Amino acid sequence: MADSSSSGTVSMPESSASSDGTLEANWRRTVDRSTKWPVIAFIASGTFWLLVGSVLAIIASLKFNMPDWLVQQGWLTFGRVRPAHLNTVIYGWISMTGVGVATWLWARLLKTRLRGQGLLLTSVGLWNVGMVIGTIGILAGYSRAIEWVEMPLLAFAFIVPAMAMVTAAFLLTLRERRVHHLFISVWYTGAAMLWGPFLVIAILLPIYSGVPESTANWWYAHNILGLWITPIALAAAYYLIPKVIGRPVYSYHLSYLGFWTLALFYNWAGAHHLVGGPVPQWTTTVSIVFSMMMIIPVVVVAVNHHLTVVGHFKKVIYSPTLRFVVFGAMSYTAVSLQGSFQSLRAWQEITHFTQYTIAHSHLGVYAFATMILFGATYYIMPRVMEWEWESPRLVSIHFWTTGLGIGIYITALFIGGVIQGLQLLDPDVAFLQIVEDLKPWFWVRSVGGTLMTIGHFVFAYLLYRIIMRQGAPQTGPTYFRPAPEDMFRSRNTESAPALDEQPGL
Amino acid sequence: MTRAFLIFMGAFAAILMSFTALALVPSLQLAAIEPTPGTTNYTFEERLGKQVYMREGCIYCHTQQVRPNGFGSDMDRGWGPRGSLPGDYVYDDTHQLGTMRTGPDLHDIASRQPSRDWQLAHLYQPRSVSPGSVMPAYPYLFEVKNEAEVRASEVTVPISGDYAPPEGQVVVATDEALALYEYLMTLEMQEVDDS
Repeated sequence: MADSSSSGTVSMPESSASSDGTLEANWRRTVDRSTKWPVIAFIASGTFWLLVGSVLAIIASLKFNMPDWLVQQGWLTFGRVRPAHLNTVIYGWISMTGVGVATWLWARLLKTRLRGQGLLLTSVGLWNVGMVIGTIGILAGYSRAIEWVEMPLLAFAFIVPAMAMVTAAFLLTLRERRVHHLFISVWYTGAAMLWGPFLVIAILLPIYSGVPESTANWWYAHNILGLWITPIALAAAYYLIPKVIGRPVYSYHLSYLGFWTLALFYNWAGAHHLVGGPVPQWTTTVSIVFSMMMIIPVVVVAVNHHLTVVGHFKKVIYSPTLRFVVFGAMSYTAVSLQGSFQSLRAWQEITHFTQYTIAHSHLGVYAFATMILFGATYYIMPRVMEWEWESPRLVSIHFWTTGLGIGIYITALFIGGVIQGLQLLDPDVAFLQIVEDLKPWFWVRSVGGTLMTIGHFVFAYLLYRIIMRQGAPQTGPTYFRPAPEDMFRSRNTESAPALDEQPGL
Repeated sequence: MTRAFLIFMGAFAAILMSFTALALVPSLQLAAIEPTPGTTNYTFEERLGKQVYMREGCIYCHTQQVRPNGFGSDMDRGWGPRGSLPGDYVYDDTHQLGTMRTGPDLHDIASRQPSRDWQLAHLYQPRSVSPGSVMPAYPYLFEVKNEAEVRASEVTVPISGDYAPPEGQVVVATDEALALYEYLMTLEMQEVDDS
């Protein structure tokens, strides 16, 4: 029915003040249904790669504790399992699930049926083929040994066209939009759809070698986090936080400021990975300056989200979506501020080259982006499946295993990493002593990682059940515990002022 | 149309700028750089060894960049006579600078530990020469065979103690292990005149 409107780019007729919940609900259902198969395919594929990546992570982690475990053949040696883990979770889990979430947001926020479903479904197919080739390729010994781009070129020959197809489908849908104003999540998502493919194509160009390759390498790796993963996660947070608590984003002006400062500053920050290295001094200096300037977009987003949530914080007790997303949004503030300060030379001197960096990257990719994608999946799947999650109890187990798991993980490696860094600075501490002192922290990390992996299997089970429409049907949305009568709007009526209906957007 | 166009073109322009500055300009800036003294192009065997280094993911625990004096304690640790310079890497089609030091820096490993016996034993079983190390063993780069079957051209690796092969057998390095050793021996830094 969204299509039957002839109003072109004018907002859908139902206004925020309309009490005609049925009309609006029908319209939403039409849009949600148009996204169904691409969203299922991307989120399910991403979750499959999350499981693969988690198993690889556990193997890699335990190898620090048991270095003679699984060494008889090359394909499970640490130096192959670790990049296989990184590539499956970055290009499989985060990227594919992120595209699934973005696809749903895109149609919802542009208030139009999703276009290019065929492109998106083809993309999922190609993407998965690329991931299989890439993962097996690394394990079989065909790693390119460029950090964050280890998969063999053949894998990217599938993944780059797959990304381009996603961008094409998004552009086709954008052309048919039925909104005048673009909500901030559209800005972030649309920009990510340009940035992501550009980044991958740019780093695959056969023009780099030696030291300049290292600056290009870290320009790329940092931007995959900053301009591909981050904007999609922020788009989801910007949509879901106001949506779940039922009030608009605190300030649209702040959200625009946050977007442009991120767009202008983040992409310069990557070379801080090379502070103290043999690169032209100006590249690291520029990156440190822009890393510090990243405080602006981060604080802007944090303030905006905080002032949106303030007074409604206790809703995280009930809503799985809100709990995961708020966890992620708070982690975003933490990881970004930490990132800004650790780019400084004095800080880098200690923490660079240590396990601290691993903790930092998991704080970003996991505690921030992954947790938001979990929360978004909990919101989106019931809407495209028209079926509820089977068990609030299992959702709760998922939250606590992953939340505690990542907490343990990063605490262990932050502490272990700082100790390692301080010891490295003291030439009187023998190197093998440093290794010895890291061992307890490696064990703690393995415990945290195991908890997270348990959570991932619970999540995958829940996802399987809802996609198969199995489990006892529930009447209302899934909450951790029965929510008070008027705390949340029923998801079928959703008549309160929703952010994407704001006339002033 | 115009508004969406402006937003997304603006976003794209932003990334083009940093791509130019951080990915392209350094290539131009360093295009004419001379190799540092002692830095030579790889032989066929050394190149094969570097392939093994890359394939096995040595980069995830070993850096190849020595910090200069005044930043960290690399030189005090004896990891190199100077900080690493761009001219050290001119023959590296794929850089292996690395970001993690679970193991020590290797940019000057050839000066520090040139012994082939030690290096091969360490690859076969790190804990046979470095007790407490968490480095993986690479037994698949070696063959354990009967002493009588070893040909004269083959390189045997002396392993004693807990990790020694059974009586009458010896550890023989494969071509890949020997190539990897040859590659490691290219990682040697020489002092340069301060310019």
